[in-house]
Amino acid sequence: MAGSGGFMRLARASMPTGTIDSEVLDALPGKLPLLKHSFRPPNYETPVEYFNDAITPNDRFFVRWHLANIPEIDAAGWRLKIGGDAAERPFDLTLEQLKQEFDPVELVAVCQCAGNRRGLCEPHVAGVEWGEGAVGNARWKGARLKDILTRAGLKPDAVEVAFNGADGPVLEATPDFVKSLPTWKAVDDNTLVAYEMNGASLPHWNGFPARLIVPGWAGTYWVKQLISISALTQPLKGFWMSTAYRVPKGKFPSVDRFISQESETTIPVTEIDVFSLMTNLSEGARFKLGVPVVIQGIAWDPGYGIRRVEISIDEGRTWQSAAFGTDLGRFSFRPWHFAFTPRSRGDITVISRAINAQGIVQTDGWIANPAGYHNNVVQKIGIHIA
Amino acid sequence: MKILAITAAAVLLAISAAAVATDESRIHLKDGADVATVLAACSVCHSPDYIEMNSRFLKRAGWEAEVGKMIKVMGAPIPDADVPRIVDYLTRNYGVE
Repeated sequence: MAGSGGFMRLARASMPTGTIDSEVLDALPGKLPLLKHSFRPPNYETPVEYFNDAITPNDRFFVRWHLANIPEIDAAGWRLKIGGDAAERPFDLTLEQLKQEFDPVELVAVCQCAGNRRGLCEPHVAGVEWGEGAVGNARWKGARLKDILTRAGLKPDAVEVAFNGADGPVLEATPDFVKSLPTWKAVDDNTLVAYEMNGASLPHWNGFPARLIVPGWAGTYWVKQLISISALTQPLKGFWMSTAYRVPKGKFPSVDRFISQESETTIPVTEIDVFSLMTNLSEGARFKLGVPVVIQGIAWDPGYGIRRVEISIDEGRTWQSAAFGTDLGRFSFRPWHFAFTPRSRGDITVISRAINAQGIVQTDGWIANPAGYHNNVVQKIGIHIA
Repeated sequence: MKILAITAAAVLLAISAAAVATDESRIHLKDGADVATVLAACSVCHSPDYIEMNSRFLKRAGWEAEVGKMIKVMGAPIPDADVPRIVDYLTRNYGVE
């Protein structure tokens, strides 16, 4: 497919100028080159071209950390502590015990940063200025969190379960990254403590040796380098729950509620949004009159299922359905493709949009919120027919 | 340097380039009064590409809010006297007036 050299994806051209000037392809140890947004802590996104496959390989999977102290974990010495004031019987697990003493579960699920596409928000908001690649789809294998909590004896008054990773801040005064889930989500059959990703150990940068998998919910809950699980009788407080990862109340009414963390004015980000991404088209790509243009893409939602992906080549006046590829499960990327034969010369804008099983469709404009979350504006790519 | 719309060939080239490139010393903030103060204050906890990435769209009030968050929320030990100089530098070089 054409479209290299001087052309950018239309979307990237609307990112902050400083983001475009400072992002480079850079490889962390064990990773292929990804688009670097920050070296320390490392924040790297997956180039869109890599999403032509429905499963995102481990060495191409995006990297997102809040705090710069990220220890190398020795698997033999690693321990996972399960406790909290709502646990009857606290205990520790080694990695071997986690693998041997609980039924293994495998599922394919999308991990998407809540701030994915922040860099495309208009007006721009401060933060990591992600393009479209702070997302990935992997086959995860691990133990059900529910089974681990059952062994610990969850008390009836448990309201939340909190998770801490081995990563930490540079300064003692900086709040450690600790997150919680409502108990109902923690005991969901699909919430896992994963120790494998696409048939291999988790990469260091994606949370070795174990991380939380919360299908359908934003990456902020998928705590990496997990070292403690605490069942709580009171809501978790702290910067990363009470201030960060929140949106104004009432703006996004369709997402799962996390009631014990709601305030008078704001609610926590929970579910990811329905989205469709064209993966093989570059802005400005040139095609020939009368020769079919084949568009490939992926679509995903919080796990209700993608009902339809639609393409428009006439500025949104008419839409045609794309054909689906393999179904890897309701939490997975759903591959799709669409072909059309151009009958006139000139510039065309290709637009794709996904509709999920709840009937929720992507938005035409970003629903503004202070920290730049929930950007699922339809993707538009301009191509030329010669 | 920016690399966009990557082809397979470009990715292969970048692999060899990246072997020597995983290093924040490549970041050079714009020269100006107080750039050393800015680097000393910010680089304790994060690489200075956070500043470049968040440009140019913040007004003075936006940069004031960011610096304030780093001090009040993240616990950055920045002396009071340095704050206006840091905000001036960021607004002039990485903001919009």
